[in-house]
Amino acid sequence: MYDRQVRRRRAILLALVVCCLVLLTAYFGESSGGPLKSVQTGTMEVVAPVQEGANRALKPVRDLFGWFGDTFDAKDERDKLEAERDRLRAEVARLQVAANENAELRDIVDYARSSGLDAYEPRTARVYSRSPSSWYQTIEINKGSSDGLAVNQPVINGKGLVGKVKAVSDGNAVVMLLSDSEFGVSALAAASGQPGSILPVAGSPGDLLFDLVPEAKEVRTGDTIVTAGTISARLPSPFPQGIPIGRVKRIEGEGELDRTIHVAPFADLRDLDFVQVLTEPTADLRAATP
Amino acid sequence: MTWNAASVARLFAIALVGGILQLTTISQVAIFGVPADLSPLLVAAVGLLCGSIAGASFGFGLGLFMDTLLAQTLGLNSLVLLTAGYAAGRLRELRDPAHALVPVAVGAAATGVAVIGFSVLQFLLGVDAPVSLLLVRQTLMTIVLNTLLAMPVYLACRRVLAPYLPDDPRRRRRRAYTTGGLSPLSRA
Repeated sequence: MYDRQVRRRRAILLALVVCCLVLLTAYFGESSGGPLKSVQTGTMEVVAPVQEGANRALKPVRDLFGWFGDTFDAKDERDKLEAERDRLRAEVARLQVAANENAELRDIVDYARSSGLDAYEPRTARVYSRSPSSWYQTIEINKGSSDGLAVNQPVINGKGLVGKVKAVSDGNAVVMLLSDSEFGVSALAAASGQPGSILPVAGSPGDLLFDLVPEAKEVRTGDTIVTAGTISARLPSPFPQGIPIGRVKRIEGEGELDRTIHVAPFADLRDLDFVQVLTEPTADLRAATP
Repeated sequence: MTWNAASVARLFAIALVGGILQLTTISQVAIFGVPADLSPLLVAAVGLLCGSIAGASFGFGLGLFMDTLLAQTLGLNSLVLLTAGYAAGRLRELRDPAHALVPVAVGAAATGVAVIGFSVLQFLLGVDAPVSLLLVRQTLMTIVLNTLLAMPVYLACRRVLAPYLPDDPRRRRRRAYTTGGLSPLSRA
């Protein structure tokens, strides 16, 4: 009985395997219009409507699974896009910084060229540090004595006077800004020619005082204030004449003695990336007042 | 298994519904980048439930059905699936495993046999297209996915074929134990 079962089982298995091999052989051997392929095509045509119906009926199920898949894919895609966005954001920030630096450098170069400051051997330097103190308004730049910098040399940017070199080492220097409490420069009102001194207002970096003006009533709001340069051979000024400092923004007081002239510096002292140090400030001045 | 027209009709129904479900739905849903393959799971389930002859015959028929509908080389899927069905059936006949996770293991093994066997046959028949190493990854992912689906497929098949099946091995053993057949008390 058992042997019969085994024989039967093996016979069926053998028959099925032989069927498969025959099918394989016949399928490979026949042409495209052969009987097996015709049967295959016919069966496909018969079952096609069933498949189509099932395909429609099961679409919600497929969509449900597809929704899960899409959700996973969307999350994956979102992560990728977020990474790309972060990369592009960093790229945009880098390019914006580069564009700003480019514009600033272009301003500096254009300004130095157009105002004749090339004669003073300007050295362009990058600002890499700022003093956090309101009293000591200083910046540090990446050029030093090895680049020809020395103490008291004037520092400008594309807008006008920024300050002067306060201390210098071999590879860097400290620049005292116009707004530093110790800063002072002889100046004059470009329109009226009234001389005076530019002094800082402690704690207000955007405000300077044009003081010690002999005839202050001659100075008007909106007048441009420039460096006076050397007036007396006994007291040479480290600043060449005609470097723009700022514009008179308001005048307080009516009398001659109590008149206070407030000047807004042209240079934005809180946003300095590049400056130029005039390393030959005593050269002949051919700068023109803008 | 009790063989009669009704039981054979149910096997036909499983093959038909499973095949069409595979083609119309399962194949179009990619999870982990690959679709599941119900065919080896169905064959393994039928083999485990009904024995080697039923498993081999069911595998042959389902393979032929799939080859026909997919316009593939006739006999390829049949050969692979009848092997998987026969092996699953022999496992049941020889070992009569009772562990609850046997369908999962058998489903995974049957999937492995089917996928790898199909690939080997394709190579033997000569594949013109270049074969990427990603095929290995896809094979593994299909096995993993089918392993997850093995138990539900097995339970569904058992439910359909239940009226024609002998007792479940675990139930049979439990009954034997409680009626004294395998009870330690009967030895006393």
